[in-house]
Parts: sequence; C-alpha cells; structure tokens
Amino acid sequence: MNLSNYLLMKPELSLIAVFLLLIFYDLFASDNAKKYYFPIACLLFLVHTVYCFFISKDVLTAFGGMYVTGAAQITMKSVLNIGVFLIFLQANEWLKKPESIFKRGEFFMLTILTLLGMYLMISSGSFMIFYIGLEMASLPVAALVAFDKYKNNSAEAGAKYIFNAIFSSAIMVFGISFLYGACGTLYFDDMFQSIYSSPLIIMAMVFFLSGLFFKISLVPFHLWAPDVYQGAPTNVTLYLSTISKGAAVFALMIILYKVFPALAGIWQPIIWILILLTITIGNLFALRQKNLKRLLAFSSISQAGYIMLSVFSGSSAGMSATIFYVFVYVFSNLAAFGVISAIENKTGKVNMDDYNGLYLTNPKLALVMMVSMFSLGGIPFTAGFFSKLFVFMAAMESGNPWNTVLVFLALVNTVVSLYYYLLVVKAMFINKNDSPIETLNTDSYLKISLVASVVGIFCIGVINCFYEYINTVSFGF
Amino acid sequence: MSYTLLIIVLPAIMFLILGLLGGKMKPIIAGTLGTLSLAVMTALSYFTAYEYFFRIGKGASGAYETLMAVEPYQWLKFTDKLHIDLGIMLDPISVMMLVVITTVSLMVHIYSLGYMKGEKGFQRYYAFLSLFSFSMLGLVVATNIFQMYIFWELVGVSSYSLISFYYTKPSAVAASKKAFIVTRFADLFFLVGILILSYYSGTFDFQTLTALDAPYLSSFVGASFLGISALTWAMLFIFMGGAGKSAMMPFHIWLPDAMEGPTPASALIHAATMVVAGVFLVARLFPIYLFGAPEVLTIIGYVGGITSVYAAIVACTQTDIKRVLAFSTISQIAYMITALGVSGYSGHDGLGYMASMFHLFTHAFFKALLFLGAGAIIHAVHSNEMDDMGGLKKFLPITHITFLIACLAIAGIPPFSGFFSKDEILAAALHHDKFLFACLFLGAGLTAFYMFRLYYRIFWNDTNKHYHHAPHEAGATMTIPLIILAVFSVFSGFVPFADFISADRMPFEAHIDMSVAISSVLVALLGIGIATAMYFKKTDMPDRVSNGVGNFYKWAYHKFYFDELWLFVTRKIIFNCISKPIAWFDHTIVDGFMNALAFVTNSTSDKIKGLQSGRIQQYAGVYLSGALVIVAVFAFCLVCYICGY
Repeated sequence: MNLSNYLLMKPELSLIAVFLLLIFYDLFASDNAKKYYFPIACLLFLVHTVYCFFISKDVLTAFGGMYVTGAAQITMKSVLNIGVFLIFLQANEWLKKPESIFKRGEFFMLTILTLLGMYLMISSGSFMIFYIGLEMASLPVAALVAFDKYKNNSAEAGAKYIFNAIFSSAIMVFGISFLYGACGTLYFDDMFQSIYSSPLIIMAMVFFLSGLFFKISLVPFHLWAPDVYQGAPTNVTLYLSTISKGAAVFALMIILYKVFPALAGIWQPIIWILILLTITIGNLFALRQKNLKRLLAFSSISQAGYIMLSVFSGSSAGMSATIFYVFVYVFSNLAAFGVISAIENKTGKVNMDDYNGLYLTNPKLALVMMVSMFSLGGIPFTAGFFSKLFVFMAAMESGNPWNTVLVFLALVNTVVSLYYYLLVVKAMFINKNDSPIETLNTDSYLKISLVASVVGIFCIGVINCFYEYINTVSFGF
Repeated sequence: MSYTLLIIVLPAIMFLILGLLGGKMKPIIAGTLGTLSLAVMTALSYFTAYEYFFRIGKGASGAYETLMAVEPYQWLKFTDKLHIDLGIMLDPISVMMLVVITTVSLMVHIYSLGYMKGEKGFQRYYAFLSLFSFSMLGLVVATNIFQMYIFWELVGVSSYSLISFYYTKPSAVAASKKAFIVTRFADLFFLVGILILSYYSGTFDFQTLTALDAPYLSSFVGASFLGISALTWAMLFIFMGGAGKSAMMPFHIWLPDAMEGPTPASALIHAATMVVAGVFLVARLFPIYLFGAPEVLTIIGYVGGITSVYAAIVACTQTDIKRVLAFSTISQIAYMITALGVSGYSGHDGLGYMASMFHLFTHAFFKALLFLGAGAIIHAVHSNEMDDMGGLKKFLPITHITFLIACLAIAGIPPFSGFFSKDEILAAALHHDKFLFACLFLGAGLTAFYMFRLYYRIFWNDTNKHYHHAPHEAGATMTIPLIILAVFSVFSGFVPFADFISADRMPFEAHIDMSVAISSVLVALLGIGIATAMYFKKTDMPDRVSNGVGNFYKWAYHKFYFDELWLFVTRKIIFNCISKPIAWFDHTIVDGFMNALAFVTNSTSDKIKGLQSGRIQQYAGVYLSGALVIVAVFAFCLVCYICGY
C-alpha cells in the first residue's frame, strides 16, 4: 500500500491535526493556560475551515477507490465546517457553566470525531468505509446527547439515541450484507455495474437506505428524533438537527447517484411517499408543541422532507439545490437555536408561553428569532425562500406530473408550517406577558454567531454567487 | 471612472448609519454627517461631469458615447439572454442628472440644518434624505430598465416616508398614502410595460433597446393586441408609469397633497428631482418612442400640453403657497414632457429633446429655490396661507430678492435661465404642432401671472399687516442655499446645452428664434402686468374678477374636481365591481380552503398524537414495520411487473 495515499485525505488530516492538538492541550496544559481553551479551539477550527476552502478540487481516489474526493465532496464538507464552527461559538455559554466546564474539551473532541466520521461518509467509495464513517458519526453523538448526564432528560435521550442507532445500524448492515451477497462487491463503482432489480436487491437497498433515513429522520424512521432533540443539550440538538442530518443527506445523495441509478424507478417512488409522509407528519406534530425545542425538532423533521425533495430528482440541479438547502438550513436553524440556548442557559425557559412579550425585554433576540422563523418558513427575501424555490424548481425539472403533485402538496404544507413558525413570532411580538423574560446579556461569541447567521440568512439568497458556485460543483447521474 | 460608484454607495451607507445609529447621535452630528457625505458626492459628480463632457465622453465621431463606469454585474439570470444586471452607466443625460440631483440635494441638506432644527426625528429625516439621494442617483445611472425599476420603487418609498414625516398628523398620513397608491398604481403599468418589452426583445439593457437598428424590433412584427402593436402597448404602459411619477394628468392628484411633507423635502423630491423621473424615463427610451412607437410620442405631447394649461389655471386660484408651487411644478414638468413629444432625432429636429432636458436642468434650480424660499417664509410666519402674509419685503430681504429672481426665471424673462429653456421648448412646439404651441404659449402667460400673484401676495399687497411676532430672516444655513440657488437660476441659462445634450448625441447649433422669444416675453410681461394691477396693492379687484368668471373660478379652485372624479371611480366603480367580487372570492374560496386545511390538519394532528409515545420498543417496531412494508410493496410490484400481471 502506498502511504502517500493518506496525503490525498487533506480535510481529514487537517481535522485530525486539530483534534490531536486539542486533546494534548486539554490533557497537558495547566489550569491557568486552559483559560484560553475555548477561543483557541474555535480559532483552530476556523483555520481548518478556511484551509478546506483552498484544498484542490480535483477528482481523486485513494486506497484503490475506497476514498473519493472532488469538488462536490469538498464543498459539502465546507458547508458542514461552517455550521460546526458557528455551533462552537454558540456553545461557550453552556460550556462555561460550572457543571460542564471541566469536560469542555470532551465536547470539542467528540464533535470533531463525529465530523470526521461524516467526512468519511461523504468521501467513501465503498460500503465498508461508509459504514465505518457512519458508526464514527453516531456513537460519539450518543455521548454528546448524554453530555449533561446528571439531568434525567439528557441521560434518557442518550439511552434512546444509542438504542435506536444500534437498531438502525443493525438493519443497515443486514442490507449491506445482502447487497454484497448479490453483487459480490462493496465498491460503489463495481456495484453500480452489477446491480439489477430483483426483490432481494430491493429488500437490501431498502434496509440499507433505512439506516440513512433514520439519520435524516424521515417518517416512519423519525420517532427517536423529538425525544432526543428535546432531551439533549440545546447545542447538541442543533448539531444533530443540522450537521448530522446534512451529512446524512449528502451521503445518501452520493450513494443514490453513484450506486443505485439503475434502480431509480424503485427508490424514487419510495422517496416520493416518504417525503410526503415526512413533511405532513412533521408539520402535524409541530402544530401542537408548546416546547420550542420540540417544536423545532418536528420542524426539522418536516424540513428534512423538503431537502429530500431535490435529492430524488437525481439531476445536477437537484444536487445543487440540496447542498444549497442544507447550507441555508444550517444558518436558519443556528439563529433559532442560538436564541433558544441563550434563553435556556440563563433562565431555563423553553416553552412558547415563556416567550410572550420577549420583544419588549430582548428586542434583538426577538428579531433574530423572527428572521430565522421567516427563513425556515420560506418568506421572501430571506435565504429560506430561495432555498425552497430552488428545491421546488429542481423537483419540477423532470416534468413528471407526479413530481408536480408532490411539489403542490409540499407547497400546501409550507402554509401549514407557516402557522407554527408565525405562532412563535406572535408570542414574542404580540402576546402580553406579566412576567416576561428579563433583559439578558448574551456572551460575545454567541453574538458573533447570531450576527453571522442573520447576515447569512439575508445574504445567501440574494447574493447569487453561493448558488452559482454550488452549481458548478454538482453532478447528476 | 470607477469612483462614480462612490456617488451611489455613500448615501446608501449614510442611510444605514443614520437609520440604525441615528437615534444614538446628537441631531446636529447626524445632520452634519449627512451633509458632508453629500458634499463629497457633489464634488465627485462635478468631477464626473467634467471628465465625461470634456475629456473622455466624446467618441471618434464627435458624438457622446455611453460609458460603463462600473461594468454590469449579472445579478439575476432568467435565460442566457435575459438577465438583470446592476451597473453604472454614464451618458449625457445621466451625467447631467447627477449634477442636478447632488446640487439640489446638497442645498436641501444644508438648508434643512436650519429649517428642521429642533424637530422630533431630525436624524430620521436625514436618513430618509440619504435614502432618497441613493435611490434617485441609482435610478439615473441604471444600465437596464429593470435596475431602473428597482430604484424607481425605492424612490417611491423614500418619497412616501418623507411625505409622512409628521406621521402624527392625519393629513400627512393620508397624503403619503395617496401619493404611494397613485404612483404605485401607475407603476403597475410600468412593470407590465417592462414585461411586454423584455418578453419580445429578450433584453432589459438600455443600450440594446435604444440602438437605432436594433434587431429585436423585428420580433415585434405580428405581435399585436386590439390592432395595436405590442411595442406600442409596451411603450404606452411604460409612459403611464412615468406619468404617475411625474404627476401628469390624470395621475397628478397626489402631488399637491404631497406638500404635507417638510418643505425642504418637497423642494428636493416634489420639485426638482423625483417628479422629473418620468421625463427622464421618456428621454432615456427616446429612440424607441420615436422610431418604434411614434403614436405614443404624439400622445405624450398632448398629455403634456393639456396638463400644462390645466395646472397653470388651477395654480392661479390656490391660496396655499406650497400648493401654488405644486401646480406650477406640474405645469412645468408638462412643458418638458411636451417638448419630448414634439422632438425629432438629429440636428435641429432634435431641438425638443435638448430643450426638455435644458428645462429640466434650469427648472430644478429655480423651483428648488422657490420651495426653499417658501420654506423660509413659512418658517417666519408659521402658515402656508397667503391670507396670513403680505408686506414681508421689509422683514425678509434676502428671501425677497432670491424669490423674485426665481419668479422672473420661471416667468421666462431674459436673461434669467427659464427664458432660454422655455423659449426653445416653444420654438420646438411651434415647428411641430400648432395646438401644442398654443397650449404652451397660454401656459407661459398664466405662469407669469400666478407666480407674480404669489410674489405680490407674499411680499407686497397688505403692507400694513400686523404680525403677532415680527417675522425675521432665517439664519445663514437657510439663506446661503437660497443665494447659491439664485446664482444658479440666473446663470444656468447660459450653459450651451446643445453642445452637450441632444437626441442623437451630436452637438448642434441651437439659436434663439427671435419671433418666438419676443412673443413669449410679451405674453409673460402681460401676465406680470395683470398680476401687478390686481395684487400689488390690496384692492377688491381679485374678488370682482373671480366673481366675474363665475363658476369657472370655482371649478378651477376645486382643481376641476379631479380628486372627486378619482374618488368616484375608486369608491363606486372599482370597489363595487372589482374589489367586492375579489373580496368575496378571497373570503369564501381562498379562506375557505385555508380554514378547511387548518381544520383537517388540526384534527388529524390530534388523532395521531399517540404515535409519539416515548417508548423505544414502539419506535423500533414502527421502524422495522415501515421498512418491511416498503420492501413488501415494492418487491411485490416488481414481481407483478416481471411476471406481467
């Protein structure tokens, strides 16, 4: 084996370097030197993020096709990087509490490890490496979910997550093993050539895909999501609902495009149904939620349906719409969760009723929340409008009447979703409250993150270079 | 020329700074900041004009060329050919407009430091002035019609915000709504026009659209509606948008009411700059009008001619001094519109085009001066009504002199600037259409009359009038802009305009037509003479005259009931025949659908809430059965398909 192959894995190497630096710093630095742990960790990660922009975009394979990189992969990783960086910024307030400050390093290391797993999922060229990546991306998450283990919620959520993850993982491996049995290979390129449609392969494919659907939280594989999202610390929920979900969507898209084009006639209707179920059921449950974290959990389930809307078209426009949607979704969700975590960390309040009259005491937080709700709901000129527009356009592109029906139903669901998004806005701006949340001082890292998200929400859609760039790196089958 | 970008960017930044942080600043700092940035912009505009006209604008053929100071940035792409760009285009008229807008705006900025002193919302006022400057400048340098439309709407918004500056006053709020709705209604046609034009021509770009041998014109062949070609419809609709902004009949009703805004803002927006946007629009698209849709150009000429007389007559009867000026503005803009309507293309045929732009240029200065002068008067006597004034000559000497200069300029008395531009408009009209010439000629006499009626009623007439507080001249911040604008009003007529601006962009020799000049001066002197007889001293003659003409006076005083006509059309016809059915559709069908959706959603949501039980055994069960059902269904379908059932 040629060791120089490793040098092709530049994003992974850089991420591992960050990881090692942080672990040594955490282990060996004196308490005094650790005062700067947080800014240094953020800075290192920022360096890594920026470095990833400049990595060569050539299509390369390493280790005999196990590892694949190219412009699309690097772009997807960069999208995840940006999101993780902003999440780190938001985490300070939560991490500096006395009950978590001593294990602050663990948060960074676990997150970075899962990110590494996601990189491998995106860059995999074989089911073997893909599965390793997937496990790497889900096991540390369980630890993250249970990070506040002294809290019952958090511990319960961790347990639920790990059980469900194991369950889905088992079914997925089951599917992979059948695929291997039928095709005699685990490499994507080889399997692409030898795949054909038979009941056995359909079963194998559905079992395999269900593992990814679980990560993306499509109905009916979504049931874990609300409980876990609600119980986990807010920053981890944010991580789960954006980065983890985005990575799974990217991986799913690549595998569908690379391995299963021959079965498009099968998986497209499957996804068609799942999208409809996901968007609708996500919305139906979101309507009733009083807890904001739970509301956003269901909202993120329904958003996953919209993301899939562009995946299933299978075209290059579909891929760019997907990447763009995830990119925008990261920013919108960051803004919403940033506000929630700021308020939760200071006051412990997460119910919608607690937010009544927020505008009077915390106008800036309320405005940020409003902007993010508008973006999630897809109101023009926020980025959320453009991302929904591109997704719908990609889905309509093929001209298939069934797709048109689906887009119409998705549009109707957008109206429903507006109801609960605007309910939050109404609570903050219109509802009266005798004891509103007092005026809060947020810490400056969080402020940077919120400002970045709001700027992102306004700029990503209107300034076309983001979409144009993503368009140049996308491919279809 | 890339520094030209600064002229646009500076006010945008200033708007953000003053708008977001203004509340934290002292008013005087906000005002000074705004004024300083405008001074920089003015300097840059003058420099741009110098560079363009004297150094780099002229091409090899001797004609002025279109330059891209900032290369268009492709912003929104619809098809490969059709895309919306953002850029900065310099050509003779846009450079001329840069000079006009920044000059007047700077004067207004300085003047407002004194006029608005102590007002609540001083910073907000300056923020909106910056927004307006930004939008107006963006409008004139737009490279394509869609960019122009964007700024066109921004101009409308800033005008709306300035009219309703005193938002606690119901009349100001009503006026701002009226202005916004009327212009917006007209802009709807503008948008439709843009869409038709771009649909057939496949481009938004001004240079492609106005090229003489434009290939797109052939794509209009055969496209017609009601026997009128699509191009004619498009250009007519576009002109309707322009008529809305420029307050041409029948869209003029918003302008008099817009005087509810602060007077300096009226001077800037509703006298010198925004209201001439319609003229600018027609001038910008002039080659299409002339060669593609000459019928529309004829309509434009007639709309202008009739509006000019109408507004002049109404102006003779108004007693609110700002309203007199507002109708005078409508009438003068109508002159410019008429001049475009009677213009040809090259050489001396293109006199009308040149005269229109020339009048736009001179009018901006003397009309701004009139408004700022009126502001100084209102500042001194705290009233808009002529009846509360009289004999102010001795109290306000500087205002008096500058106001007189402006009156002479607008009346067209040589050697003041209005004479030169108006004379050329009249000459162009005479050679083209006798009826329009008659309208404009009558309008010239009426203009002289009502301006001097205004002048005498303010400064002479009731010289023994007793004032509660003796009026006094305003401070230097207000008088210096008056003096500067007076200088402009005197000398701007001597600019050899035909050397710089013409329809085909080649310099030509424009000479004064002596017979027209003499007769127009005579009719102006006649108007002044009648005004002197009636208003120089306080007599009962005005009442006798108004009684003498009877109902005609009443009609004119009520602006020939145009407002009532519009109200009738909207309230009785549009509300009943169009709005009510639409409202019914909205309430019953649209809301019904949404309510049904809400009901179904809500009840389903209630039914299925048990699914989310919190028990992971159930979660795993649902997961597995979900996967199995999918497998079963699709595998079964596949088997059926293979076996051919």
